[in-house]
Amino acid sequence: MKHMIEIRIHGRGGQGNVAAAELLSIAAFQDGKFAQAFPSFGAERVGAPVQAFVRIDDKKVRTREDVLHPDYIIVQDYSLMENVPVLDGLKPDGLLLVNSEKPPEELNLKTTATVETIPATEIAIEIIGRPIPNAIMIGAFCSITGLVSLEAVQEAIMARFPGKVGENNVAALERAHEIMQKR
Amino acid sequence: MLKQIEGSQAVADVVALCRPNVISAYPITPQTHIVEDLSVIVGQGKLDAEFVNVESEFTAASVVLGASASGARTYTATSSQGLLLMAEVIYCIAGMRLPIVLTCANRAISAPLSIWNDQQDSMAVRDAGWIQLFAEDNQEAADLHIQAYKIAEQTFLPVMVCMDGFILTHAFEPVDIPEQKEVDDFLPPFKPRHIVDPRWPRGIGLYADPRFYMETRYILHRAMEKSEKTIKEVSADFAKTFGRDSGGFIKTYKLKEADVAIVSMGSVVGTIKDLIDQLEEEGKKVGLLQICSYRPFPRQEIYNVLKDKMNIVVLEKCISLGRGGILASDIRWSFPRAEKKDRNISSFIAGLGGRNITVDDLRYMVEKVEKEPVELEFLGLKKELIADKDL
Repeated sequence: MKHMIEIRIHGRGGQGNVAAAELLSIAAFQDGKFAQAFPSFGAERVGAPVQAFVRIDDKKVRTREDVLHPDYIIVQDYSLMENVPVLDGLKPDGLLLVNSEKPPEELNLKTTATVETIPATEIAIEIIGRPIPNAIMIGAFCSITGLVSLEAVQEAIMARFPGKVGENNVAALERAHEIMQKR
Repeated sequence: MLKQIEGSQAVADVVALCRPNVISAYPITPQTHIVEDLSVIVGQGKLDAEFVNVESEFTAASVVLGASASGARTYTATSSQGLLLMAEVIYCIAGMRLPIVLTCANRAISAPLSIWNDQQDSMAVRDAGWIQLFAEDNQEAADLHIQAYKIAEQTFLPVMVCMDGFILTHAFEPVDIPEQKEVDDFLPPFKPRHIVDPRWPRGIGLYADPRFYMETRYILHRAMEKSEKTIKEVSADFAKTFGRDSGGFIKTYKLKEADVAIVSMGSVVGTIKDLIDQLEEEGKKVGLLQICSYRPFPRQEIYNVLKDKMNIVVLEKCISLGRGGILASDIRWSFPRAEKKDRNISSFIAGLGGRNITVDDLRYMVEKVEKEPVELEFLGLKKELIADKDL
């Protein structure tokens, strides 16, 4: 890796933002990298804007500051973009991944970064039966960036959510991967 | 085994490996995950301990006090208001010389209410006669708990392991969790000196009239000072057994050649190290002195490594209101009066109530003290939020 990779996840309480960050860090660790994941909580409550951070590097991650200049931003809830400055600090050559059924160009975002979208909530309702988009967002992220292996994420999900819940989330992850590979 | 886990889980896992007999705690953010995880470990029968649920931190501290007095190895954890509610018992535990281990998941103090990190809570009880050790990362937080039991049970002083709330407690990062056998070999079973037992009635900590009280304070103060030897020995012993440096009195990073010395403690030292490396690439020599043991205070060690440094800056996440930097005062006191002349010791308060401390903030701090000494400055203060009359 040329430099430490920084990821910021935006979502609402209940969408598995912190879990997504933790799972990504566990998967990166399984891939043999150093990783750090931590939340930026308000007083936790369902629906409130939440951020979670991930750092991945070839060497030990020491810094403790919030991720202010991310390489990647994952937005789990499009409605946040109206009142949370989710694009703040995104590197000009970075990537923004948004949970939306619209194609990227219809979002009219003012950024030079690459924008990708995936209808994660729809897929979540279909496969998991609940509108929790995190597995789909992680799947799409891994598929686009290749930063963390899909196998390691699958393993991390099954370790954390053994049984049906884990299996459904892994299926959702795989669907996201398929969709991204076709693009 | 090296695992990617949450700091709280790491602490719960190693505390369980230390085989406490009695655990009592009341949940409070950001300490909650630690005691939840421990209650699961006890509930699953993986640790043979009494987990006493209580209605307040005052009672949690009282339960471990009583249990420790009767010869049990004990554990509790808290944060912020919880530690303040324990304060009366905290002093009693030290006065009774009970080797209790407590995790303080450092958090700001009300009012206004803040659930976020700073180090004001443990500072509020710094004078109580507890050893206070500050963790840099989750590996050190885990390791310090194993060391804490050994230090406490050799010195008969309680030990508070301080780890930054959220920043460490809620961070996932790699932590090597030792095997049970390794911990058992390192940490022998607790051998109490005296125990409270109805078969041989006796009291501890009951009453000392003016003929005796002062001597108890003197002895406790001396015990704290003498614990230096044990803290260092246990840290060295730990390094030999487990193959990594954790704890001890102080640590330094690129300090020897440094023109500016930053002094700090807790998790922010990670960010400081990153800054030091960046500045080094730009040709600037900046170093770090990290305080691991805040109480007892490593005055001599600090003097030894800072005596040639004429530009020192202390960064801390707490304040003595009406006085200023607490750690800064301690550092200023570490030099003999004659050596204070021409030595700049600047004081910065940062990160109160969870305010993010960025590399850019730290860079500004270094650039500022390169120009002139700073008596006291709040790093990242938003003056636009403060009315002119309050400035």
